[in-house]
Formats: sequence, C-alpha cells, structure tokens
Amino acid sequence: MASSNSLMDSLFQRSLEDLIKGLRLGESTFISKSLEEIRREIKLTDLSTKSVALQKLSYLAALHGVDMTWAAFHAVEVVSSSRFAHKRIGYHAIAQSFSDQTPVLLLITNQLRKDLNSSNEYEVSLALECLARIGTDDLARDLTSEVFTLLGSSKALVRKKAIGVVLRVFDKYPDAVKVCFKRLVENLESSDPQLLSAVVGVFCELTAKDPRSYLPLAPEFYKILVDSRNNWVLIKVLKIFAKLASIEPRLAKKVADPVCEHMRKQNVGKSLLFECIRTVFSSLSDQEVPLKLAVVKIREFLMDDDPNLKYLGLHALSIVAPKHLWAVLENKEAVVKAMSDEDPNVKREALHLLMAMVNEDNVTEISRILMNYALKSDPLFCNEIIGSILVACSRDSYEIIVDFDWYLSLLSEMARVPNCQRGKEIEHQLIDIGTRVKDARLELVRVSRALLIDPALLGNQYLHPILSAAAWASGEYVEFSKAPYEIAEALLQPRTCLLPHSIRAIYIHSAFKVLVFSLGVYFSAQEPTSSSLVQESTSSGSSAVNGFTCDSISSLVSMIELGLCSLSGTIDVEVQERAKNILGFIGIIKHEIAEKATSQDSETEVHRAIAFMEDVFSEELGPVSSTAQEKVPLPEGLELNENLEGLQEICREVLEPMAESDYSSDKVSFSVAKLRIRDQEEASSSSSPPLESSSLLAEHRKRHGLYYLSSQKSDDHKDRDGNDNNTSNEYPPANEISVDSFKSKKKLSKPRPVVVKLDEGDEPKTKPDASSSNDERLSRAIQTALMGKGKGKEKERVKENHEINLDTENIEQSSRREKKKKKNGERSSKRSSRRQKDKEASVTKPVEVPDLLL
Amino acid sequence: MIKAVMMMNTQGKPRLAKFYDFLVRCLPVEKQQELIRGVFSVLSSRPENVSNFLEIDSLFGPDSRLVYKHYATLYFVLVFDGSENELAMLDLIQVLVETLDKCFSNVCELDIVFNYSKMHTVLDEIVFGGQVLETRSDEVMKAVEEISKSEAASNSISLVPKSVSGWRGGR
Repeated sequence: MASSNSLMDSLFQRSLEDLIKGLRLGESTFISKSLEEIRREIKLTDLSTKSVALQKLSYLAALHGVDMTWAAFHAVEVVSSSRFAHKRIGYHAIAQSFSDQTPVLLLITNQLRKDLNSSNEYEVSLALECLARIGTDDLARDLTSEVFTLLGSSKALVRKKAIGVVLRVFDKYPDAVKVCFKRLVENLESSDPQLLSAVVGVFCELTAKDPRSYLPLAPEFYKILVDSRNNWVLIKVLKIFAKLASIEPRLAKKVADPVCEHMRKQNVGKSLLFECIRTVFSSLSDQEVPLKLAVVKIREFLMDDDPNLKYLGLHALSIVAPKHLWAVLENKEAVVKAMSDEDPNVKREALHLLMAMVNEDNVTEISRILMNYALKSDPLFCNEIIGSILVACSRDSYEIIVDFDWYLSLLSEMARVPNCQRGKEIEHQLIDIGTRVKDARLELVRVSRALLIDPALLGNQYLHPILSAAAWASGEYVEFSKAPYEIAEALLQPRTCLLPHSIRAIYIHSAFKVLVFSLGVYFSAQEPTSSSLVQESTSSGSSAVNGFTCDSISSLVSMIELGLCSLSGTIDVEVQERAKNILGFIGIIKHEIAEKATSQDSETEVHRAIAFMEDVFSEELGPVSSTAQEKVPLPEGLELNENLEGLQEICREVLEPMAESDYSSDKVSFSVAKLRIRDQEEASSSSSPPLESSSLLAEHRKRHGLYYLSSQKSDDHKDRDGNDNNTSNEYPPANEISVDSFKSKKKLSKPRPVVVKLDEGDEPKTKPDASSSNDERLSRAIQTALMGKGKGKEKERVKENHEINLDTENIEQSSRREKKKKKNGERSSKRSSRRQKDKEASVTKPVEVPDLLL
Repeated sequence: MIKAVMMMNTQGKPRLAKFYDFLVRCLPVEKQQELIRGVFSVLSSRPENVSNFLEIDSLFGPDSRLVYKHYATLYFVLVFDGSENELAMLDLIQVLVETLDKCFSNVCELDIVFNYSKMHTVLDEIVFGGQVLETRSDEVMKAVEEISKSEAASNSISLVPKSVSGWRGGR
C-alpha cells in the first residue's frame, strides 16, 4: 500500500516549474497545499522525487518565507546522492537553511570531504560554496587539509574558490593559518588576474579586521599596486593600503606616487579613480601632492551630471572635511547647489558638508539658508536639516554661538516649522541654555512667553517637549518677565488639556513659581526691609515687575485658583498633587492679601509661608556633568557579580539626547532648599520628615564627595546647615558651581556670554572593544605565520609561545640586513626566495615593511 | 564583502534572494522576508533618475550600503560593506545582467521567474561566499554550460521512467 502510494507520488509529482506556474495563479492556499505535497514527497526513498521536493521547498523558503529548517535531514540525504543534479539541489538547500545550531550538521562533514576530493571540479566547487557559507568551527577544523590541497589545484575554477573559502576557514578556525597561509600568500604572485583578484579580495577582508598583522605583506601588495592593470584588483589593493597606511605613516608616503599615477591616467575607470580619491582622502591626506590632485579630480565628480558620481563626490568630500576643510570650501557653490538637488542622497551629503563648514562667522548665514530649505523640504529631510543645525550649534557647549539671543530666536523659529519633529532636542537645548548662559535668560523668557501664548503649538504633539521647556523657563526665570500675570494665564489656559499629564504638571509647577514670585515682590514692596533675596534677583532682571497692586495680585491669585479648581479632580496623580499644593498655598495666603496691605507685622504666618516658598525656588539649577557618576570611586566591598551589559544599552539611550549634562530635578532642589531653611520652618508642614531627608543628603554627600563640585561659597551654607560634623566645605550643593564659574570667567571681556562648561576634555568613556576571541586568535596566528613561516609545522607550534614572549627585536634586526643582501642577489627558485621573504617578514615585526621603505 | 543579492519586481515580489552575511543568513525566514520588504519599500519610494546608492544601516547593520539598478520590471539589488567599491558594485550588476542576457537571450522577468535554479548557478559563479570571484560573463557562461551538461548527464541515467526507479528504490 505504502509503496503504491509512493509510486503515485513519484509519477505525478509537480516539478519546480509546475509549482511556480501554480503560484502565479493564486498564492496562499496553493502554498499550503504544495507544502503538504512536499512533506509527503520528501519522505519517499526515491532520491529524484526527494530532491525535487527539496528544491521546491528551497524555492518557497527563499521567496515566500516558508520555514525549511525541518527538512535539514532530507537535505543531507539528497546531498549524498551520487548524481550531480541531486547534489546541487542538496547543497543549495544546506547553504540556504543550515545554521550553527542545526543538529544534523555533523553528518555532512564526510560528504563535504568526499566532494572536496572529487575529480569533478563542479562537485568540488559545490562543496566549497557550501563550506564558505555555512562553515562552522568544527567543519573548518576538519576540512582544513582539504582546503590546503585545493589551494594548490591546477584548475583555476577550483583554486579561486578555495581561496575564497579560506576567509571563512580562518575566521572559524584560526589555527588553519599555520597550514594554509603560505599557499594563500603564494597566490599573491599569481599571473592569473582572476586568482589575484580572489586572493587580494581575501586579504582586503582580513586587513579590514586587523590591519597590523598584515603590514609585513606590504611589499607584495605594493608590487600589485604598481603592476596590475585590473581595476578589481587595484581597488582591493587600494583598500588594503588605506588600512595599512593609516597605521604606518611611512607607507602613506611610499604609495602616494603609484596612487597619483593611477589618478593621472587618461582613461582610468571611474570606480578606480574614485577608490584612489577615497584612499587619498582617508589615509594619505597628509601628503600634499596626492591630496591636491584628488581635490582636482573630485571636482569632476561634483560637476558630473550623473547623480551617482555627484553623490560619491560629495561623500568623498565629507571624508576629507574634518582634516582639510579647504577642500570643501573650494567647492562651496557646488555643495550649496546640491542642496536643491532632487536626489535625497545628494541633498543629505550636501547637508553634512554644509554642517562641516559651519563656524562662528558663518553660522547665521548657513542657518538662514538651511532654514529656508527646511521650510520647503519634505518632512524627513526637513527634520534632518533641523537636527543637523541643532547638533552643529550645540557642539562643545555652543562653541560657535556668539549671539545667544539670535540662537534662541532660531530655536523658536524651528518650533514653528510645520514639519518640525525635533521637539526633544529643542527642549533640551532651551533648558541647557537657560542653565548655562546666564545672559541669555532674559531672551529665553521672552521667547518662552511667545511660545506659550502661541495657540497653534499646543495641538502638535511633536512640539509638546518644547512647550514643556518654555513653561519651565518662564517659571524658573520669572524674575525676567515683564508680565507675570500673562505668563500665569498662558500656563493655565484651558487648552493645556491637550498636553500630556507630565507636561501639564510642569505647567502647573511653573505657575506656582510665578505666583510665589509675584507674591514675594508684592509683599517686599510693602516693607522694603524684609526679603533681600527677592531684591537680589529682581535687580539682576528687569525693574518692570514692581507694579503689583493689591488688585492685580488678588486677580492673579483668583485667576490661578480658578484655573486649578477643575484640575483638583484629575486622575493623574502628578497633576492633581501639584494643583492641590497650590490651592492649599493659596488657601493659606488668600485672606491676608487684602489685610496685608495695611499691616506692618512681618512675623505673620503668611509672611513666613511666602518666604519659605521663595527660598524653595531661589536655588538655581546648574548643569551637572554627565560623567559625574563615573568619578565616584567604587566603594570597598561592593561586588558586582551580575553582568550589567544590558544596562549600558539603557544608559546610552538616556545619555544620547542629553549629550553633555543632566539636571537635578525639581525635587532635589526642593530638598536642598529645605535643608537651608530648616530652622525657620515650623509653620508650613511638609509631608516628608525633614530630618531624615537632610541626613540622607548629608550621607550622600559624604559618600559621593567627588560628585559635588567644590566652591568657596559654601561658608554661608555651613552655618545654616544643621550637621556640624558635616564638612560642608567639601560638599557644597552641586548647583553652586555655575555661580562660581561665572565669576571667574566674567573677567574675560568677550562679547560672547559665558557658557558654563563641565569636564572639559573629559571624553565620555567608550565601550571597550568586544572583539571575539576568535579574532584575537586569528591575528596572533597570522603574526606567527608571518614571523615563522617556512619552518616545520611542529617546530612552529613549539616556537609560538616563545616568540610571543621573547623580545627578539635586536637579534632579528641585525639578521635582517644579512638576509636582505642575500635576497637581492638570488631569486633562483621561487620556493627559496619565498622562504627568504617569509623569514624576512618574520623579522620585520618591530619595524614593519622594511625593504619597501628604504 | 557582499552581504546580499536580491532581485525583485516593481510590485515588490522577490524573484531571487541570497544572503551571504552570516547574521542575516541565520535569521528566520520571516525576518529575511521582512528585510526584502524593507528594501523594496525604500526602493519604491525613490524617484527615477536619482543616484543608485543607499545607506541601509537600519536594515543590515552598521557600514551597510546598497546599490540597485532598475531594469524594466525588475530591481537588481546588492548590499555590501566598506570593503567594496560602490561603482564596482554597480558594474557588477551590469555583469550579472549581461550574463543573464546571454544566458536567456534578451532576458525578461519571466526567464528569471522560471529559471530559478539557473539563476543561482549564474550568481554562484560570480559571487562566492560574499566575494566577487568572476567578472567576465564569457567565463561565467562557460561554467554555467558545463554545470548544465553535468546535470543533464546525471539525469540522463534516469531516463528509465521515474516510477520504475522509484519502485526499485522502494524495495
């Protein structure tokens, strides 16, 4: 029964062509039906039927996303067929679907070995192709000797594929270097351009991973660079030299001539010319002659009508821009013109180049040009433009910005670009400038006010972060405001319900600051002797805010009360709590406002409450270094056994938008301020126990002393601080640093306002290279091979350890000269000369590429 | 190295997809299909007469570039890294198309649809494990013809009806 079934299946099996025809009629149901068929057919013993089924399955897997991992064993069956057609299908399926985890992988080792030894070169190349794509550590190890044999094959087709497979074998099994490396290097002298291309390609990949190990081969590469006429080969050799020259400057000098020669040739291919230019720009840019020539040649690319060449030309310019900006400036017109190109790639490259050109003098002009482009570009590019301006202008703490009033107005202009989606970045910069640049605060408050009262912005969710920054700034720096009432009104307007709760909470909190400030001014105007603090801050701001009358203050209070009433029942706890706080505060002071105008008693509850709240908000927020955490030494006895690799990911996400600094939150400043006035604080009771928080803070300071930046101003802080044994000289609050650095820097009579910077020259730590152990092993093996080639394998293995440890520099240097003389004299047999060279290469480790440089 | 070779038509139907990058190759097939769709959506959004290069790090990891060429109803796509030259890759697409043209005399989409296996033969001669090994279409043609002959020879043994061999095999 079973056999008759299988007979029917075999007889009426659909071929791949039938399957494709069927698929063209209607897809989804046909696929599942065909899969059923395939599952049945593939289990049959007849290899022809099986292989056709496998072929159909591979097709469906590649183009229709059908899983084929379940058929791994059948692929192994098919590949073991003696027929070439079956083998092809089998190898194709294996190369397509096997991974390191495929359990039947072990079963193909022998089959691969058998086919690698086959007399049919096409069977050999099937096996090589398969090995190149799925080779695992084990396969690479077990088949190294076969690959070695094939590297010497007389058939070009087999040999070039054997060369290609070496890359995979070395990668997976570095010890194969000991066996195969010599033969691989020998192929560098091959006269067959195809073989040469293959071997140079392999070295190009190897060099890209670890240039240093291949420096000793520079003479061979140099010879190819000079002699070869094949563009494919030359391109790869240039790529190798680009890598080598960047670690060995003398090499750059040496290859400059041949590279120039290639560039000067009349009918040089564009691909080769481009590669020459790129090599010069990336690695030979210290050589004057090639650099100038390359800049001349790049203009041909920029002026070409072919968008590909234009794009590549701009791309190459961006490589050279950091080191030789003049090359870009010479082509400025072409770059600006490219901004209006229809090709998005060209536009993007042009944008990068323009941003590279930005400096103190032209930032206004370039930003103007770019903002015009932003207005008429598609959303994607528009935001890219805005993003680039933001990045360029904020680089190194706004180094290129002289006029912050202009920059702030530019930021608010960005917010009004219809497609703007860079709210987060703009938010960050508005707050950043507020904390860093004291002189810009007046303008910041003006700009913020304009943003807050603009009705068009509330509806755009991308702009909410900007509004949040504007709200914060107008609350924090309310002393600069001309009309606090108007700001409070804007902060509590009904349309703020369009904002997310977190931002709404900031709005409410800012309104609180405005209220406290206004009350403070009102009451201090009543009795000029009381609060010196407010006077201090108002004197630095504007004098326009002294006009609070009894009427205006009570209308402000009732406006705020009215605006918040509806919010006291909000679901969001943050919004509700802040609203309730203010309402409670208003409850305390409201009834006294009117009476207060007449009373002269400064010891009332209201006075104390207002003075307290003023103190709460009087602390200025300063920037905090993003590397501050790293300065905290690891506490003794702390063991971090757990792998925190995942944390790094998270940290990067957080740090990226906040490029340099982070801010202490409102909450922290609240507790700091509370600490300062603790002794006065009896009237208004707060929910958190003050003693505990102060001791916690003191504890924190003690532990992370380095984190707190030092300042001399801490004296007045000390006597207010409750903890006597707390040496507050060492632990002043973090935010006082800004005051001090202002003072020290103000002496410079620069027109540019001072920007608070932290940690100059403090590079954010880069993640240590997570190079796999295999890579290290490979480069060690290569270095050993280049040092000790030509000796017996066994010896080498013994020697390996010694060579690494012993510093044989001196001995080898002297012996090198001898051998060199010998080498120049004789080139009788290829083999012996090769051996010479190998030995020479081996001694060149400390001073690489000797004969090339002499 | 070359990370992937793809052909798809202008409706986004993949006609050939081969991944050389080890990480991509080991992805589950659905993810690979997603990659193909991702590439197509980028390609289809590009206007005519613009450059043929794309930076495609988002899909294929850092240092990934893509070059494509649009012929009639087909996109030919190569994804590669910094070890390849952009213009040379563009030439390589040309080599591939020329070879196919010789193979099928005036190649069209249908040839590619119905000669899936032969397409791979051609491609495997040109690109080997992500390395470009052959750029002369004559040589490629020679190898492809030899391989076809070998296949035919191995199949001719089974000119005996399949059913019989199946019966014998099942004994």
